[in-house]
Amino acid sequence: MSPEPRMVEVRKNVLKQNDVIARALRERFRNEGILVVSLVSSPGSGKTTFLEKTLTLLRPHFQVAALVGDLATENDAQRLSRSGAPVKQITTGTLCHLEASMIQKALDGWEVGKLDFLFVENVGNLVCPSSYDLGEDLRLVLLSVTEGEDKPLKYPTIFNSADVAVITKMDLAAAVDFNEPTLDQNIQAVRPRMQVLKLSAKTGEGMHEFLDYLQKLQRRRLQTAYVRLA
Amino acid sequence: MHELSIAMSIVEMAQEEAELRGNVHIQAVHLRLGLLSGVVKDALLSSYEIACETTALEGSQLIIEEIPVEIYCSHCRTERPVHSVQYFCCAECGTPSAEVTRGKELEVFALEIRE
Repeated sequence: MSPEPRMVEVRKNVLKQNDVIARALRERFRNEGILVVSLVSSPGSGKTTFLEKTLTLLRPHFQVAALVGDLATENDAQRLSRSGAPVKQITTGTLCHLEASMIQKALDGWEVGKLDFLFVENVGNLVCPSSYDLGEDLRLVLLSVTEGEDKPLKYPTIFNSADVAVITKMDLAAAVDFNEPTLDQNIQAVRPRMQVLKLSAKTGEGMHEFLDYLQKLQRRRLQTAYVRLA
Repeated sequence: MHELSIAMSIVEMAQEEAELRGNVHIQAVHLRLGLLSGVVKDALLSSYEIACETTALEGSQLIIEEIPVEIYCSHCRTERPVHSVQYFCCAECGTPSAEVTRGKELEVFALEIRE
């Protein structure tokens, strides 16, 4: 052994393995013309209710499916199945987030090419999911009006990893003295020009605008897929 | 808390590099950690010790260089440090920007080895 240590340069991304799988998934989704939307939020923000409503409203017109991540239980998958859409639960055990390889594995045996929309509900956690690309086209960060307007300032990283913010449980806004301008200001502070949608899955308020937005993205996706194949 | 699985990936990656170089002994791993990587430095440091146990890297050091967040400022027309992670605007002129150019790194940058 030489007495002096020597430095060697490596320069390798620690999450390379995840990123490689995520890239392959994204390519596959693009080629097959599916729009993949993932949902991140803290536990209890209304992800499952929102997703159940979304699946129910889309299903008469589109082929939709969902993957749902949780530490334990199949409860969410059972709830989402009521929409009639195919749903698969990913139980992560002690893992606090989904990784791209779990999505890949969960899709085994599904005819992905027949789908128009695939939704991926991440484990309820505003920290860990931010590091992992899942190959999705659109990442929604959900935040309910009951959670406090300063949440974006406390979790800027997850807001930075997401594309659109969805404010849920708007039907409770008055009851909890929800301060809409303050929340808007805080979201724009951590992610300037972020698109924000406000809705209530319970009353249906704002759902139409959200579904319109998804359909527009899906149409654009089909056009780009068409161009790619031509 | 996903720092333990990240620490295990770092150890695995360092071990592969050590093997590639003829089973050299690794004294330290240098990591670049962006402030927007979603990984907490202190949690990663303690996880690293656990991840090293019973591996060839036991007793090695993890040296973390924290990378500040930078954005592209359309007014200054260059990359600038961000005011703070709670306030994404140019630290020089105050123009808001969401175009992050630096600060998401999670990269094994170098190894200190003994042959």
